[in-house]
Amino acid sequence: MNSSKTNPPTFQELILRLQTFWAERGCVLQQPYDVEVGAGTMAPETFLRVLGPKPYKVAYVQPSRRPADGRYGENPNRLYKHMQLQVILKPPPEDMQELYLQSLSAMGIHLRQHDIKFEEDNWESPTLGAWGIGWQVMLDGLEITQFTYFQQCGGVDLFPISAELTYGLERIAAFLQDVDSIYDIAWARDPETGQVTTYADVRLAEEQQFSVYNFEAADVEKTWKHFELCESECKKLLEGYAALQKEKRATDGLARDRARFPMLAAYDLCLKCSHLFNILDARGAISVTERVGVIARVRSLAVGITKAYLDQQGGGKSVAQHDMIKAVPKPPRAAKSKKVTVTS
Amino acid sequence: MPDFLLEIGCEEIPARMIDAGSQELEKRVNDLLSRERLAPAQTIIHLDTPRRLAILAPGIPAAQPDITEKVTGPSVSVSFKDGQPTPAAQAFAKKAGIDVSRLERITTPKGEYLAATVRKKGRAASEILAEFLPKEIASIYWPKNMYWRKPNERFVRPVRWLVAMLDDEVIQLEFDGILAGHQTRGHRILAKSEISIPRAGAAYIQALERTKVLGRDAREQQIRKGLDAATRAIAGARWREDKVLIDTVVNLTEFPSVILGNFDGEFLELPEEVLVTVMRDHQKYFAVEDANGKLAPHFLAVLNTDGDPEGIIRHGHERVLRARFNDARFFWQTDQKIPLRERVQLLKHVTFQKDLGSYYEKTLRVQRLCSWLSEIVRQSGIAVRPGVVHKAACLAKADLTTELVKEFTELQGIVGGLYARVQQLDPDMPESTRLAIADAIYDQYKPESVEDSVPRTIEGAVLSIGDKSDSISGMFSLGLQPTGSRDPFALRRQANGIVKIIAEHKLPLSLGQLCTDAREAYRGSEAEKKFSGKVDYDRSLREFFRERLEFFLRDVRGFAYDVVKAVLASDADDIVDAIARAEAVTKARPSQDFESISIAFKRIKNILRQASEAGKKIADGIDPSAFQEQAERDLASAIPETAQKVESLRRTRNYEQALIEISKLRPAVDRYFDKVMVMVEDERTRASRLALLQTLLNEFSTIADFSEIVTEGKESRGPKESNKQ
Repeated sequence: MNSSKTNPPTFQELILRLQTFWAERGCVLQQPYDVEVGAGTMAPETFLRVLGPKPYKVAYVQPSRRPADGRYGENPNRLYKHMQLQVILKPPPEDMQELYLQSLSAMGIHLRQHDIKFEEDNWESPTLGAWGIGWQVMLDGLEITQFTYFQQCGGVDLFPISAELTYGLERIAAFLQDVDSIYDIAWARDPETGQVTTYADVRLAEEQQFSVYNFEAADVEKTWKHFELCESECKKLLEGYAALQKEKRATDGLARDRARFPMLAAYDLCLKCSHLFNILDARGAISVTERVGVIARVRSLAVGITKAYLDQQGGGKSVAQHDMIKAVPKPPRAAKSKKVTVTS
Repeated sequence: MPDFLLEIGCEEIPARMIDAGSQELEKRVNDLLSRERLAPAQTIIHLDTPRRLAILAPGIPAAQPDITEKVTGPSVSVSFKDGQPTPAAQAFAKKAGIDVSRLERITTPKGEYLAATVRKKGRAASEILAEFLPKEIASIYWPKNMYWRKPNERFVRPVRWLVAMLDDEVIQLEFDGILAGHQTRGHRILAKSEISIPRAGAAYIQALERTKVLGRDAREQQIRKGLDAATRAIAGARWREDKVLIDTVVNLTEFPSVILGNFDGEFLELPEEVLVTVMRDHQKYFAVEDANGKLAPHFLAVLNTDGDPEGIIRHGHERVLRARFNDARFFWQTDQKIPLRERVQLLKHVTFQKDLGSYYEKTLRVQRLCSWLSEIVRQSGIAVRPGVVHKAACLAKADLTTELVKEFTELQGIVGGLYARVQQLDPDMPESTRLAIADAIYDQYKPESVEDSVPRTIEGAVLSIGDKSDSISGMFSLGLQPTGSRDPFALRRQANGIVKIIAEHKLPLSLGQLCTDAREAYRGSEAEKKFSGKVDYDRSLREFFRERLEFFLRDVRGFAYDVVKAVLASDADDIVDAIARAEAVTKARPSQDFESISIAFKRIKNILRQASEAGKKIADGIDPSAFQEQAERDLASAIPETAQKVESLRRTRNYEQALIEISKLRPAVDRYFDKVMVMVEDERTRASRLALLQTLLNEFSTIADFSEIVTEGKESRGPKESNKQ
């Protein structure tokens, strides 16, 4: 019954259409980040790129892992790992919303035949000291995109701000193809034989096995150890950078040491901590009293990295001195804080 | 007199914020126009949609009227030297724009000064509006705002266009980098992107209508009509009125239409509460009921477009709802695998509040508190089943661990009640007991608002009170009481709930005792170690509940402000009693005698206050030997007799009759004030007279403090205290 029923795009065609659309509008097409993240926002192409003054446009697919959301491949609408297509436009153009609507047309949605609403939905991640203002975009009652104007990251007011679009690819594909289960989505269609490879063919085993791992098999003690190892290494790096910040050597060597300091590696370690926390959480291994404390530990890494990264980008000028950016102590409470988890 | 139009074009403003924002803009523009002497000839109107806030002011002056004002200059003494104007006088004349010879002299308390009558030319309206409107727009309050260009430019959502016109002239207005023009934008999908407005006034509204944009009232009308029309397709069916949902969809659309969708009748096996929540809260659909009031397998969706001729949109909405209902059914079935009684242990992993511990700990406290409360209720002769309360309190929070509540948090309590209804709670438990427990769990969060009903049963009432008191007590002990507009734990709402439940179920629970008991339930707990030593628990809670009770009596029960104050001045602890007293006072109030008594009590209070301020002694008791006037003897002898009657009537809560008895004192009191001067020189007489007044006040203020009753300007009846004798 869909408008594009005659020729709905396969899952991979959907991705290609969106990527082409955004590439034609000047976006760098990045590849998925290869460290586990809970949301496209956490990939460095978003989280770190939105910091600082430098304009940037990027689009990428990001597999997002939320261990607690796994359903052993038995639920038609829920996944442990789902795909987001993430677009960052920094700064956002004035016709941001119109561009977004055009991208829907590019997917094969005839806007005139549908009901589109922008409903308030603000995004907040206390863990990352990040929040933004925006909407969930509803297409015939289905939430297809999160549209956010970032305001703060790592507790710092952003300037310029970025617009973030997060397309839920499985939902959109299921909608376009008019199937009731994600697993029935046609991922690819062989142009010669017409043979269809479904989402289940590609991903079902992964959903089953990782659900078992996350809920049953993950070794709690060892996962804790992984967490602690990643955390301590991340901390060590942050301390290393702090020591460089204090140094007074007036040579080019110091600037070079700062510029090539592996802050990106520190961020990877922080992401690993976040994912390991999520596994422990899904495993039911984190008690009430521990939970708050562990989240605070991940946050302190993320906030430390944000500050250090900004310093690094600003060529050693501290955040406070940076004339474009003001440090703000606390993000205000969001009206809705749906996505308040350690992952997203 | 040109018409003025302002339109702020935005990206979609949150539905919940549009009405208040639009009204505030109207008020600000209205105030600005009056302040600047540009008041419109006709009433200003506002027009708002998710993408625009607009103001139309019909017929405002093209310019401010000129005004003449007198300006004061330097003093005469410095203005002339040897009869000649000094530079000071010349400078002033120049500034005022007139010749020195035309300067006037005025006398002020500081001496004689120069003055000039100056005619000030009014500025053009366009100039004034361009200067002041940006500040007004920027000052609108939004619950949450943002910046998109520069951090100091804030609004609820990015502003993308501005229209500001006086008739057909564009006003040179700039806001956040946007320059006003005469181009507006129509409906996102149904109109081409930009259209030109020929002139301010009716032409604007017509232009919007042509581009499929309707004002608020027109949208609401179109939605209601659409709901009616779509429902007619099903014989005997009705859509369920829901004002909150109407307001939401009105503010999510610029051009609404309504479609009827269907869902599989199989889903009707799920409880109606679950289905309606999914439809209303998650999908913003209206539920449809059949002729018997039962939920029918249909829904109504409000679209932001002009229709769905091919059924494409309907198909999409049905698909989403099917997935949502399937989820709900899956959760329902999964949840049954672990019964509620086993889930209680799982509550150890669910945080209630970081310092107050887990929901498991809360469960134990509420159970303990509820058993004390049940006992008080039982002893007063009200039929209550403590066993039911105890078990319900044990299972009350168990549904927080269910998938259904994790997905639909607004169904907490309701889900627990529904599960208790279908699960075996105890092998030997009779069904009636189980159902009573289920009802108490189901109703535990009631009332959720001032309008909401209270728990249906006494057991549910006790559980709800226990649960809410525990939260309030814990938060206050931590020093987390509400301040100003901040009440993150909704403690005011919970306290309002307690007051309403006690009032409606007529429970013999004292607020003071309730707070003490709730605090007692924390004794020896881990949480207690986190309690703040700085909090004056009893005092802060007493004040907090007193405010809630005042609010309830006034705004919910509609008692007059002064009656509420009078009644609560006597006692604010026993809610049921306070209501009975307020009713009696309200009834007695119109009588002449009662009004006289109120005036007299005000006077008594004043005299006693003045006496105490002046350090005058009040005798310990009435001393008949000090009496000199018959009037005071009469009053003194009337007091004990009346007091006895009043007290026995009061004890049986026959307040109406008690007030009549008090009113009967009027002649004696009136005569007393006619004949007797209290504040006489003689200390003994004065002290005794003061004691008489004090006794009168003490004896007869137990039902209400009559001095709080507002009497209509008749205070001056009778000679004044100082004019007597």
